[in-house]
Amino acid sequence: MTAYLLKRLAIAIATLILASMVVFAVLEVLPGDPARLMLGLNASADQVELLRNQMGLNAPLALRYLHWAGGLLSLDFGRSYTYSVPVIDLVRERLAVSLPLALIALALSTMIAIPVGLFSASRRGRAGDTISMGAAQLGVAVPNFWFALMLIYVFAVWLQLVPAGGFPGWSAGIWPALKSLLLPAVALALPQAAILARVTRSALIEVLNEDYIRTARAKGLPYRAVLWRHALRNAMIPVLTILGLQFAFLLAGTIIIENVFYLPGLGRLVFQAITQRDLIVVESVVMLLVAAVIAVNLLVDLSYAVVDPRLRTRQ
Amino acid sequence: MKLWKTILAAAVLSLAASTSAFAARTDLVIGIALEPPHLDPTAGAAAAIDEVLYANVFEGLTRIGPNGEVLPDLAESWTISDDGKVYTFKLHTGVKFHDGTDFDASDVKFSLDRARADNSVNAQKGLFAAIDTVEIVDPATVKVTLKNPQGSFLYNMGWGDAVIVAPETAGTNKEKPIGTGPFKFQSWAKGSSITLVKSDNYWGTPASLDKAEFRIVPDAAAAVPALLSGDIQAFPFFDPDSVAQVKDDPRFKVVIGATEGETILSINNKKSPFDKLQVRQAISYALDRKAIIDGASAGLGVPIGSHMSPANKDYVDLTGRYPHDVAKAKELLKEAGLEKGFKATLKLPPPTYARLGGEIIASELRDVGIDLEIIPVEWAQWLDQVFTKKDYDLTIVSHTEPNDIDIYSRKDYYFNYDNPAFDKVIADLGVTSDEAKRKELLGQAQKILADDAVVGFLYELPKVGVWDAKLQGLWENAPIQANDLTKVKWSE
Repeated sequence: MTAYLLKRLAIAIATLILASMVVFAVLEVLPGDPARLMLGLNASADQVELLRNQMGLNAPLALRYLHWAGGLLSLDFGRSYTYSVPVIDLVRERLAVSLPLALIALALSTMIAIPVGLFSASRRGRAGDTISMGAAQLGVAVPNFWFALMLIYVFAVWLQLVPAGGFPGWSAGIWPALKSLLLPAVALALPQAAILARVTRSALIEVLNEDYIRTARAKGLPYRAVLWRHALRNAMIPVLTILGLQFAFLLAGTIIIENVFYLPGLGRLVFQAITQRDLIVVESVVMLLVAAVIAVNLLVDLSYAVVDPRLRTRQ
Repeated sequence: MKLWKTILAAAVLSLAASTSAFAARTDLVIGIALEPPHLDPTAGAAAAIDEVLYANVFEGLTRIGPNGEVLPDLAESWTISDDGKVYTFKLHTGVKFHDGTDFDASDVKFSLDRARADNSVNAQKGLFAAIDTVEIVDPATVKVTLKNPQGSFLYNMGWGDAVIVAPETAGTNKEKPIGTGPFKFQSWAKGSSITLVKSDNYWGTPASLDKAEFRIVPDAAAAVPALLSGDIQAFPFFDPDSVAQVKDDPRFKVVIGATEGETILSINNKKSPFDKLQVRQAISYALDRKAIIDGASAGLGVPIGSHMSPANKDYVDLTGRYPHDVAKAKELLKEAGLEKGFKATLKLPPPTYARLGGEIIASELRDVGIDLEIIPVEWAQWLDQVFTKKDYDLTIVSHTEPNDIDIYSRKDYYFNYDNPAFDKVIADLGVTSDEAKRKELLGQAQKILADDAVVGFLYELPKVGVWDAKLQGLWENAPIQANDLTKVKWSE
């Protein structure tokens, strides 16, 4: 087990170093000058040069990489070109929105998907299965910005239950803040739930065909007990894999939903930083996300061992 | 029964109390599309900085009014020497910065010297180029001596980039702006909103609003439900395409005004075959401005024939110079030896007017034999390739700076246009402050640009504002990109 963990850890670190080089190199070849973007059309070339010097953009590439990567090691993520504040402060502010949003959406999606998947799998080929899988198909197909706008028109404009968008901040109180995350979480959760339900269903159906399920039934266990205790547990591995991927997506890939609800999330920070060529923010946030994805994958790998004792002994 | 009566009475009372509270509404939430990168108007070109702070938090010696006129601001009056080179400003007294420190002549000297210093990164440094010296006569008087007379000097001092800042706080204005205006900065939730509150010790007429929150709504589709739900009460710069959704709703006012944004089809004047006058004129004849305005700007926007806003007092109507005439365009191309037509590229930055307008223009030019390849680019690429490296044939962009006809005389500007006769007019204009003479020179300048068909002049970008019908005092036009809240109030 320890050797296994160490190996996983070494791979994770190598991935991080490689990712940092790729991220840095890709952004360096991106055309566009942050200094010119800040100064606009009326500034002279000399002035742009002056600002480039002040921003430290004229140092050699390798030097800047080492400076940045070295900073990352000591958890110093640099200062934003455009906002001129530490990147870590920006990230912390955005995580206060993105992390709760991702967790709520993930919880919602799991709470919908697992029962629907169970229901469908246990009624395979019957009307209930067809209807719920049809709904899931619809959930995957509907564009999420459209779905989000429909939610806004119904719950914010018509029923006036929640605000149409924006985030008041946690300082405004838990309930107002949660309220403003509710619709975006639903808009994010439903398409994810649709995918997850389909995965759960097919994983369960595969397991339900196994011999040990027949044995469990034959020894007199009720169907529900077989489904929950034996089948679901064995079907968890593909479900957990998808969940891990979805969490990474929900953390930073939600730019469209953040735009529709004008939420100050991580996705918009990266998007805005790219258009403004605030490279240091893009680089550092992307690295943080890479680290988060690696950590989640590690967790998922470990959770395999929890749900499947065979994996524990094998290593 | 008695209990019910008590409850009823209490309900009526609280209702009465709440209606009287409604009558004096003093808060406002304004939607803006782009978030300012920081909050220092003297250190960046982003229009979003002025949209939040201009006239509200920061003030200059002069200011630009709702219709583009120059008004006194921190300078209560001024005198100009006979040779037009010495401006003596009489300043308001009793003015305080929001941090409680006093404003006086030394702050003016500091601000102007800082903006024109060698290491200044003021995005509009050119505004201060004519200044030779700034002297403090006494705490309430400043004397500015120019190197040469400059007709637009008072106007220049009204830009957001020329606001007066205090030496103690100039370095921290990006995060915590300290000015002299009727509103002071309260908080900035990054990515979300910026909140201003009324300043208690304002020297002039106090604002009616107690609190103004600028909320960042980047998506045009989200603006409509935000208005309908009442979360946001005003969008001073609204997406023209979404107007249809709110224009018949009596709760809202849709106000269409003018901007200083000349939307043009820029042409690389040095690149063959655009170096030929006939080719550029052929392009101008091929353009159908009405169709472009309908398609790119929801029918809103006024056609232009040269580089000047129709709302400007010195505007000359030259839209008749090149009427839409396909036959004439083909004839000119034939004269230029290009009767078989040619291929070129059209680089389009992200705004809707460029992307939609580009498709229409490409089809109009195809009718006269010019085959355009459309290349969409993002702003950073546009600035790099088109504006800085001049690697382009044609592009569409709105030049939103006010009174910027002089850009055509700038050496090395991305149009690659070079006409000594035009440069002479602009040089003369620079040293002329007589209104009548300026008008004549500006008229000449507009005509030369039209005759040379330097670029394809399309239309003036409209300012489409949508706000609560009970709200008063927001600007109808946008002579500069600002949201002046000093006169804004709720009716009733």
